[in-house]
Amino acid sequence: MTLNKIALSLALVLSVSLPALAEIDLSGSWASKNHEDALERGGGPHPDDWAGLPFNESGRAKALSFSQSTISMPERICWFQTQWHIAAGPFSLKIWSENDPITGKIVAWVLGGWETRAAMTIWMDGRPHPSKYAPHDQTGFTTGTWNGNVLTAYTTHIKSGYMRRNGAASSDQATITTTFFRHGDMMTLALVMEDPNFLTEPYILTRSYMLSENPVAAAGPPCLVGYEGVESGRVPHYLPGKNPFVDEMDKTYHIPAIAAMGGAETMYPEFRDKIKDKFTMPPPCKQNCGVPGRN
Amino acid sequence: MSYRISKRTLTLILFALALPVAQTGLYAQGRGGGRGGGRGGAPQDPKAAAPIDLTGYWVSVVTEDWRYRMVTPAQGDYEGVPMTPAAIKIADEWDPKKEAASPDQCKSYGAPALLRVPGRLHITWQDDSTLKMETDAGKQTRTFHFGDWKSPESAPSLQGNSVAEWEIQRAGGKVTGGTLKVDTTNLKAGLLRKNGVPYSDNARLTEYFDMVKERNGDDLMVVTIVVTDPMYLRESFIISSQFKKQTSDAGWNPTACSAIW
Repeated sequence: MTLNKIALSLALVLSVSLPALAEIDLSGSWASKNHEDALERGGGPHPDDWAGLPFNESGRAKALSFSQSTISMPERICWFQTQWHIAAGPFSLKIWSENDPITGKIVAWVLGGWETRAAMTIWMDGRPHPSKYAPHDQTGFTTGTWNGNVLTAYTTHIKSGYMRRNGAASSDQATITTTFFRHGDMMTLALVMEDPNFLTEPYILTRSYMLSENPVAAAGPPCLVGYEGVESGRVPHYLPGKNPFVDEMDKTYHIPAIAAMGGAETMYPEFRDKIKDKFTMPPPCKQNCGVPGRN
Repeated sequence: MSYRISKRTLTLILFALALPVAQTGLYAQGRGGGRGGGRGGAPQDPKAAAPIDLTGYWVSVVTEDWRYRMVTPAQGDYEGVPMTPAAIKIADEWDPKKEAASPDQCKSYGAPALLRVPGRLHITWQDDSTLKMETDAGKQTRTFHFGDWKSPESAPSLQGNSVAEWEIQRAGGKVTGGTLKVDTTNLKAGLLRKNGVPYSDNARLTEYFDMVKERNGDDLMVVTIVVTDPMYLRESFIISSQFKKQTSDAGWNPTACSAIW
């Protein structure tokens, strides 16, 4: 082989094996740091805790009608959560790329799934989103673009799911924009949900992860349908005005109902002025206090 | 055997070798080549080199840890914070009545906790190499020093000494974005949460400021906050706060520190 051919081969190998300009590698096992919203992401939020959630009257009414027994219905046990569960749940992430077998070019980034959340495939090959009339499912359809070393993923075509694990629902018109910031061995995800049916403003959550040597599973155990105590034909719910848990945040934390019932204004600092005179110090913590062995 | 390389092949080799060079802008120190260019020219000052514009008014968007931030949490409620036994012991002695009467009302407004306090930020350039961040809640001021700034030998303080650098992303010689990284040391001991969760004067703070353009056009600033404290934290305490850009100072409402509200 002449030097010309060797040099040409080298040039081709280098240009093909390198990612497109300014992309970075996201692959690996990323351990979730659940230092914020620890209870909400772990054991789950209180049934009437919608503080900081910018839902509208319809969203609030739907949330108040929700009974947690819903997910014990045989047809709801494997009710897949949408990709929003990345933010609402506590789980770590396994991320890998799918590469074109010939060119090696990254076709998609994949975030592994879990028992009730399907894997999220972020298509990087420029394919368009399906028609708005295409079927929706819990997984949705996601495309991604790089801006420097920041990946932005946009998810559409998701079925109705939840925004918070206590019945605050997202509609099938909701979309999720997920931005990936990598800082060395740390990664922060900013997730923004928009929903014309149930939100008055985008709902924003940010989550942090550390690159881990401990492998994170690429998928969870299979979700198995079984009888969990709700007989066929009964739909657990609360009629308007009949939700028995609407004062739980007040009783437990002295958080007034106007805050617990959420709405966009509860996200902003000046809302504190509205509740200042209504708030008194709650009693010392007895449950879910974050101290091992104390609860 | 020929040892000659044609011009075309040489061009290809140079192009291939230039690709990784084009990407080495990632995580590079921001001493030049910012929005105004600067590659190959004289080094730019940090203000001119800024790959993102953080200046202006920003408002907290409190969608996370709401009951720890918007109201005063209950005594003994430490969910989420990886506290050491020593920290738990100290926090358990927190007494809201004593705190209300304390002359020091600002313990929970130190740099490690400040960006969790609901409020507004005003970010400006103090000079070409110093970024200033003011808060209305607690009326605090932080200064982020770029370049070869040396911290003065001073007593530990609530906001500590902050050294800043741009992590500039480039592609093909063009700036495509970046991050502000801030390291803060020389902190006076304070509280991570109002209900007595402590950090010591050995705590160290690292922050990453990133920007997101929302689909509705809003600018969002996401700050990843990493607090390390071998005395009171079992592992780094990692959280992130978000702020929405404001078009004016509307809502700017300077208020004094409060230990229990």
